[in-house]
Amino acid sequence: MSVTPSIQARPERVTLFATCMVDQLAPGVGESTVDVLEYLGLQVDFPSEQTCCGQPAFNSGFRSEALPVARRFVELFEQVDGPIVVPSGSCAAMVRNYYRELFRDDADLVQRAERVGERLYEFTEFIDRFFGTNAIGGRLSDSATYHKCCHMLRELGIDNPPLELLGNVDGLEMMPMERADVCCGFGGAFSVKMPDISSAILDEKLDNIEATGAITVVAADTGCIYQMQGGLRRRGSSVQVVHIAEILAKSISGSGRDPVRPGHRPE
Amino acid sequence: MKPETKQFRSKAAQTLANKSVLQSLDHVYTGFHEGRLSAAADTPNWEELRTKGKAIKDHTIAHLDYYLGLLADNVEKSGGHVFFANDAEEARLHIVKLARARDVKTVIKSKSMVSEEMALADALIGQGIEAVETDLGEYIIQLAGETPYHLIAPAIHKSRKEVAALLNDDFSEGDPVPDPTELTMSARAKLRGVFERADMSVTGVNFAIAESGSIALVTNEGNGRMSTSVPRIHVAVMGMEKIIPSIQDLSTMLRILIRSATGQRITAYITMINGPRKPEEEEGPEEFHLVIMNNGRDKLLADPQMRESLNCIRCGACLNACPVYRKVGGHAYGWVYPGPIGAIVSPVMTGLKDAHDLPNASSLCGACHEVCPVKINIPRMLLELRWRTAEGKVDPDDRASSVKERVIWKAWRMGMMGRRRFDLGARLSRLLMRPISKRGWIRKAPPPISGWTSTRDFPLVASKSLKERLAAREKHGRAKPGQTNRDRP
Repeated sequence: MSVTPSIQARPERVTLFATCMVDQLAPGVGESTVDVLEYLGLQVDFPSEQTCCGQPAFNSGFRSEALPVARRFVELFEQVDGPIVVPSGSCAAMVRNYYRELFRDDADLVQRAERVGERLYEFTEFIDRFFGTNAIGGRLSDSATYHKCCHMLRELGIDNPPLELLGNVDGLEMMPMERADVCCGFGGAFSVKMPDISSAILDEKLDNIEATGAITVVAADTGCIYQMQGGLRRRGSSVQVVHIAEILAKSISGSGRDPVRPGHRPE
Repeated sequence: MKPETKQFRSKAAQTLANKSVLQSLDHVYTGFHEGRLSAAADTPNWEELRTKGKAIKDHTIAHLDYYLGLLADNVEKSGGHVFFANDAEEARLHIVKLARARDVKTVIKSKSMVSEEMALADALIGQGIEAVETDLGEYIIQLAGETPYHLIAPAIHKSRKEVAALLNDDFSEGDPVPDPTELTMSARAKLRGVFERADMSVTGVNFAIAESGSIALVTNEGNGRMSTSVPRIHVAVMGMEKIIPSIQDLSTMLRILIRSATGQRITAYITMINGPRKPEEEEGPEEFHLVIMNNGRDKLLADPQMRESLNCIRCGACLNACPVYRKVGGHAYGWVYPGPIGAIVSPVMTGLKDAHDLPNASSLCGACHEVCPVKINIPRMLLELRWRTAEGKVDPDDRASSVKERVIWKAWRMGMMGRRRFDLGARLSRLLMRPISKRGWIRKAPPPISGWTSTRDFPLVASKSLKERLAAREKHGRAKPGQTNRDRP
């Protein structure tokens, strides 16, 4: 658990970069992210011109197509001050770790991207950094298991914050998963380009999920969520895969079976 | 070895359909990967050692010409011979010629991936020379007529039963499968005679130490030591990157190599060779030859984006951690080096055009980078190669993307360059896909999504984007929070 002194001075406003997938495929995840951030007393701004960080094309090798989209992202988000929150470790890693690769022939752009990247946080990382992982304290009767999304874990080194956030939800029973840190096989275009390999990796993941007996899988990246949910549906399984923002939002909404404890909203 | 990188997909499909191989392959995770994890956890200065290992290799590769010169001088000072081979053929011809000139009848080989680049055993056998692999795994592979499946566990894909059938001529289907000790003993009995009559050995090199002209070999079976002490001629073969400056560096490198490879703290044998037998010594070979091979490594060296791959010490940790390697197996990669490291070095060493599937066969999960003892950023280089094969900007010959792909990504960019187009694209996709969807999920989609829906349901674009939902929320207050996939709009 994070110790209080490491918590940085709390901002009052944050900017949300939803990611293209959340924006168009899973807006519920975006709303849940806003719910949790508002619950923490933050005003959430949503620059309405946002689209994508450019990762899909970059990862597929089409850098000349990715570059203008990434540059557009930098231009858009350098106009806002303060922290930028992203409900995706993968997109956060794109901006923080890979923009310097993509922009490597343009030193000025690399610098501008770095300044944006310094203010950009993955959702659970942001809560951990500025509020601490015990700041939510919701309630939810559920049993869940957690899948560690690769880019969040290995590109950004975010391991404990999501587990601590979930551990601090009252009534939520967390079931440990074998090989929780092994990839689900998504990998963006890889999942479409080489579906047989992607699915073989997924099958191992789904076996490990089902072995936990949990009825909910929590993950923190929409791509991985759809890979696992899409595979579970095909198996005829009723296990639900949710984004960590969704389960946290639910835990504080009062729509869980237990009432939200009063007086828990931080100032 | 002739590259067959072009057949990646068909060979991968073969492995995916072979349950027995997949089961055996999983042992690289439960055995090696988990062993590495606990060995790393038990080493208090593990991260420091990795940082040091990376620094040693970065430095050596940056001054490779100097250290190669120093190494060659010092090997010759100790009475050894050095041969620089520009490619696998030169190296192979040199060794075959040497064997014939010395009237060699039997060659014993200790494990060496570089000798696989040369296809050396077959070349010697072709000259009527008996050439036998003495590493147990390599021996099994040689009997099976295959190539190694893994950098340190060449026969990892073979079941115990298959091994029994290969080692015991009289083993028949239905016989009880002998335990590993029995199997090893029967191989040992067969190999003993070969060791005794061998007049030449060929070994690999784990590290060549420039300042002393020594080579270090790391083995668990003792075959390396037998190979370097019994026959009258010892030929050691190495890729030109397998070099470190000093014996102090060796202590760092051995610690990270062995823990990363097998999870052991130390192997059963570490053999240091310093030239041939000296006049005052009673044992050891009369001649020592070191063959230093390029074979395309200069292309990696000359390529600032790919150079870091020369830091590799061939521990195999990236293979064991890789979810793709564990499903497609070693042969799918089509050349000597399988797994994530193979996916970055093979395309450069053998040609990207035919090997373009290799860098694409990755979920970019980063497990390879996480476990690498010298911190090679393999995902970054996979992305670099994907770029080269998609766009051909470095060399037009590299381009392997289809017109269809290029059109798709152009259209994607156009859709992402403005919010209205982004929303329009999403609406259009929903409109087209909605008739084939059921409760927000699509079971069978047309290309380019058909690959996905061959095994997984695909989500339909939501009825309202987050932008619209947030705008409505501002107007009417909070929507119901915590909506899940179960109630997709």
